[in-house]
Amino acid sequence: MQEHDLSYVRAEMVNAQAAPLGERGLVRWLRINLFATPADTVMTVIGLIVLALVLPPLINWLFISAQWTGPDRSVCATVSQGGAQPDGWSGACWAFVNAKFEQFMVGRYTISERWRVWLVAIMFVALLVPLMIPRIPYKGLNAIVLFGVFPIIAFVLLVGGVFGLPYVETQLWGGLMVTLVLSFVGIAVSLPLGIVLALGRRSKLPVVKMVCVIFIEAIRGVPLVTVLFMASVMLPLFLPAGMTFDKFLRALIGVAMFASAYMAEVIRGGLQAIPKGQYEGADSLGLSYWQKTGLIILPQALKLVIPGIVNTFIGLFKDTSLVYIIGMFDLLGIVRQNFADAAWASAQTPMSGLVFSGFVFWLFCFGMSRYSIYMERRLDTGHKR
Amino acid sequence: MASQDVAGRADSSLASYFNDPKIRGIVYQVLLFVALVFFIYWVVGNTVENLRRSNISSGFAFLNGRSGFDISQSLISFSSDSRYSRALVVGLLNTLLVAGVGIVTASIIGFIVGIGRLSRNWLIRKLCMVYVEVFRNIPPLLVIFFWYFGVISVLPAPRDSIALGIPLGFETSYGFYGLDYFLSFGSYLNNRGFFLPKTMWGEGAWLIAAAIVVAIAMVWFVARKARQRQEATGQQFPVFWTSVALIIGLPLLAFALAGFPLTLEFPTASTFNLVGGFQVKPEFLALYLALSFYTAAFIAEIVRAGILGVNKGQTEASYALGLRSGQALRLVIIPQAMRIIIPPLTSQYLNLTKNSSLAIAIGYPDLVAIGGTILNQTGQSIEIVAIWMVVYLGLSLATSAFMNWFNAKMALVER
Amino acid sequence: MAIRPSKWSFSVENFQTPADSVIPLDLTKIIAFDAVREREHGSSAACEATFRKWAGTALLLSHEKNRDLIPNNRKGLVGMKHTVKVILGAAALGMAASAASAATLDDVKAKGFVQCGVNTALAGFSAPNDKGEWTGFDVDLCRAVAAAIFGDPTKVKFTPTNAKERFTALQSGEIDLLSRNTTWTLSRDTSLGFNFAGVNYYDGQGFMINAKKLPGVNSALQLSGASICVQTGTTTELNLADYFKANNLEYNPVVFEKLEEVNAAYDSGRCDAYTTDQSGLYSIRLTLAAPDDHVVLPEIISKEPLGPAVRQGDDQWMDIVKWTLYAMVLAEEAGITQANVEEMKNSPNPDIKRILGQEADSKLGTDLGLSNDWVVNIIKGVGNYGESFERNIGQGSPLKIARGLNALWTKGGLQYAMPIR
Repeated sequence: MQEHDLSYVRAEMVNAQAAPLGERGLVRWLRINLFATPADTVMTVIGLIVLALVLPPLINWLFISAQWTGPDRSVCATVSQGGAQPDGWSGACWAFVNAKFEQFMVGRYTISERWRVWLVAIMFVALLVPLMIPRIPYKGLNAIVLFGVFPIIAFVLLVGGVFGLPYVETQLWGGLMVTLVLSFVGIAVSLPLGIVLALGRRSKLPVVKMVCVIFIEAIRGVPLVTVLFMASVMLPLFLPAGMTFDKFLRALIGVAMFASAYMAEVIRGGLQAIPKGQYEGADSLGLSYWQKTGLIILPQALKLVIPGIVNTFIGLFKDTSLVYIIGMFDLLGIVRQNFADAAWASAQTPMSGLVFSGFVFWLFCFGMSRYSIYMERRLDTGHKR
Repeated sequence: MASQDVAGRADSSLASYFNDPKIRGIVYQVLLFVALVFFIYWVVGNTVENLRRSNISSGFAFLNGRSGFDISQSLISFSSDSRYSRALVVGLLNTLLVAGVGIVTASIIGFIVGIGRLSRNWLIRKLCMVYVEVFRNIPPLLVIFFWYFGVISVLPAPRDSIALGIPLGFETSYGFYGLDYFLSFGSYLNNRGFFLPKTMWGEGAWLIAAAIVVAIAMVWFVARKARQRQEATGQQFPVFWTSVALIIGLPLLAFALAGFPLTLEFPTASTFNLVGGFQVKPEFLALYLALSFYTAAFIAEIVRAGILGVNKGQTEASYALGLRSGQALRLVIIPQAMRIIIPPLTSQYLNLTKNSSLAIAIGYPDLVAIGGTILNQTGQSIEIVAIWMVVYLGLSLATSAFMNWFNAKMALVER
Repeated sequence: MAIRPSKWSFSVENFQTPADSVIPLDLTKIIAFDAVREREHGSSAACEATFRKWAGTALLLSHEKNRDLIPNNRKGLVGMKHTVKVILGAAALGMAASAASAATLDDVKAKGFVQCGVNTALAGFSAPNDKGEWTGFDVDLCRAVAAAIFGDPTKVKFTPTNAKERFTALQSGEIDLLSRNTTWTLSRDTSLGFNFAGVNYYDGQGFMINAKKLPGVNSALQLSGASICVQTGTTTELNLADYFKANNLEYNPVVFEKLEEVNAAYDSGRCDAYTTDQSGLYSIRLTLAAPDDHVVLPEIISKEPLGPAVRQGDDQWMDIVKWTLYAMVLAEEAGITQANVEEMKNSPNPDIKRILGQEADSKLGTDLGLSNDWVVNIIKGVGNYGESFERNIGQGSPLKIARGLNALWTKGGLQYAMPIR
């Protein structure tokens, strides 16, 4: 037996100690993420100052001082401007957005017929949501209904003129509805057209190739505004006397042409990414050009360029706001037009309207881009390096 | 039997004739070409007839007409007596101005934000992310409206202009602290724009210009020598500081030699506006800021993708060599990332140039806005749209060509 | 999405019938169609209506399928076209312009409403109210024309047009009548191919300033160095340049495409002054945040007679619009109002009886292509000129524009209507 007399030796294990303050929890996180080096600290401080300068007034303007309901401009104007608010008040005029909300959504669509728009919207959501959630079955049927049947129903419902539905002129259309119709029809038209143009551009037939290249590059080289101007001012000149298009249709043609050119380039990118072996394999199986393209190349190419297509769509969605310049009232246009309403004109109205429409645009675009990232991950079959 | 055979063979040769992809291709192309020619002929015929009916003569002769309107911002002299053609040139110059300045600013903001998104600093990273996600997902027109109606319109009227400068004291509720003196820059900000002092060069100013040219030439020479020496001996030469000294020092020397031939013209208040000095119009300011901030968000994403595209080993290797993170970024990462960045960057620059046509929404007299006015007045829609198309296509091609050249130059660095 | 379901759908469709050729190149065909269509209007109004219903909806079908959908009697017409085409071909070349625009009245009657081009938003003259109904002085004229034709002032549809679109809209036949504060000028009368049916408002270009911010300014000649807001593409922009040049004054133009944008810019203080027609200034003043701060300066720098415009080449339609306007003015002169029009029918005054079509076997209305009680319908629908004026832009409205030049000639103004007799 041995005596344990060595007093300087511990008899029992020391309990595990908590890590030093600087190495755990919030402090560690702060140290690593915010104050790692002196330069980092300076940047953090600058960032905090910026936040302190921007956030409180922003939150105050958006929520605390904001006016949510009210009958007219008096709730959003200061006393010296002829309103009810104390001088020096500044806040969002959500009452304006509230009062005009329906107009922002559908424009001046005949009031008694607005149920038709709501119905189309409900149908659209009901068809789109199941399509977007991967777990829900019957994707093929769903897609056929959404892309084949739904447009016809939507067209009949929105335009009217048959089955006892009164005809609603496109003049009266406006707001988010126009934005959505323009961008969805634009994308629906531009996808097949873009595929054709992209195939044409990669064609071995010189005339076909030249025509496609000229079209794509001419459209891509100029701003959308000029394409829209061309569609609205020059299209009537190109047509025989007496044949006129609806203004809405003209804008649609302009938007679709523009989107097709961009879509063609996106799809061409996908086509180029397909390894040569796929083409040769298809040829060796004796497939014709269209069989090869439709069965082998396009399915792979389109899957590759889904992010690109979504990006084009987001761009198109944002670009529809330019139809305002040719005198149509999409969401941004109708918000902008309502600034002039005497009943609501105040110093806060423009900013409130812009923030609202900005938020709606942001919601759609951000949602789409997130969904595309999600889809990209799901569809990623691991061909990447 | 025999005759049948012959007939059958003739048939099959005819069929093979049709099935020959080469011949089919030619047939398709001829069909397309003919259809196209007919279509163009039809469109041109309609157009000619429509123009005749509405009494519009075609051709570019109208460009020599007196414009009759005034333009608020012009880089060259312009009055209502000037010709339409000159008005279009004014518009083109304004487009180039806002696009050029916008591209520079957007690149600077974009690079800062793009690098910021990869910062180790959580706060900076998140701030940059919010910036990118906000601006990327709203229409550019809205950004323009935001700056124009939301920011510049609410600045004070000219008589209450914000004077820019550094106050040497500050007011508190207990009294005034510091020097009761305001270090003014002679610059003012109000809802009519940004007013700066204008530099008026006197006699002998050419000396300064000459000095700048000489300085630049010397910097180029020094940089070349320094690189040669570094490659030969490994010794570095402080090129940067030498350059700064040369570029600032030489013109200053010339300035002193010429007897300080510079006077500043300060903006002063008058009945309606500040007059004199150098004025930046609010429309320009709004468009410039909007395009810069909007495009910067896209450039930031491109820069981020470019930097992430560089192999991580490169960063680690440069740290192993003892480079600091700033040096590693500047000397190792960015030069390689540039190869990935430049092609998409080119298309962003083109987008910015094309988006400058949104000027029409806030009344900045760019090419499209002025063209629109002329179109209204003369009804020469085809000619105006043709001019737009040609100019924008030209700008696109020129930018692409320049960026391709730059890209090729950068690509040479690749080993 | 739809090709406009108007009379043009017809030519669109036939234009591409395979029998003609895939791509018609011959101008005479177009013209022949127009000429034929003109003749058909009388005979096939009913058929036209069903046809139109179909045209509005069947656009997704190809044109060949469309052809099967054409009612049988219509197919006959298509066939007839080919024979007539040959005969008319050369002769019709000269009448192209007029043929396209003729018989507006028949057209309007067939479709059951008047398509009227108005301003997008100009308070008092034409602007949609809260319920989305169009109201205003210019709108009233459209309603009066509808009342004269259909006896119902609501049978009118409005196309809001901006300065740039208004002329193409009228030229292309998109609208039947342009009642949108349009200045009557020689070039518009001649080279643009319009006719002005009268002047419903005598106007002139003026300036408006914020008197609170610029207390010392009471004349346009003091505006040297000012920033001036103006809508681009209008004669206003040119008048402005000329006026300042003539008076040797400096100014800084701030131009916008759309009226609303100019308003917003002026209201936010971007410019010192706003220039447009004086009537417009009064109307715009209302939409500003603090209307009472703004004053209209006394100078008038141009003559702007504003009136309704129609296409050249349809005299009957022009007459209807012209006399609708005159009837409103005459009614004011004779003291006929919306309230007393029914009593006035029994008035012994021969003048009033004649105006209201109460004379025995009067043919005044039917000669115009309307019913005999057309004036009664107009006055019942919108009231007389003075009533419309006061209600929309005069003392009964927030604009409070004085009659001034627009008073009756008997009261020292310029409104003088030709007699109905």
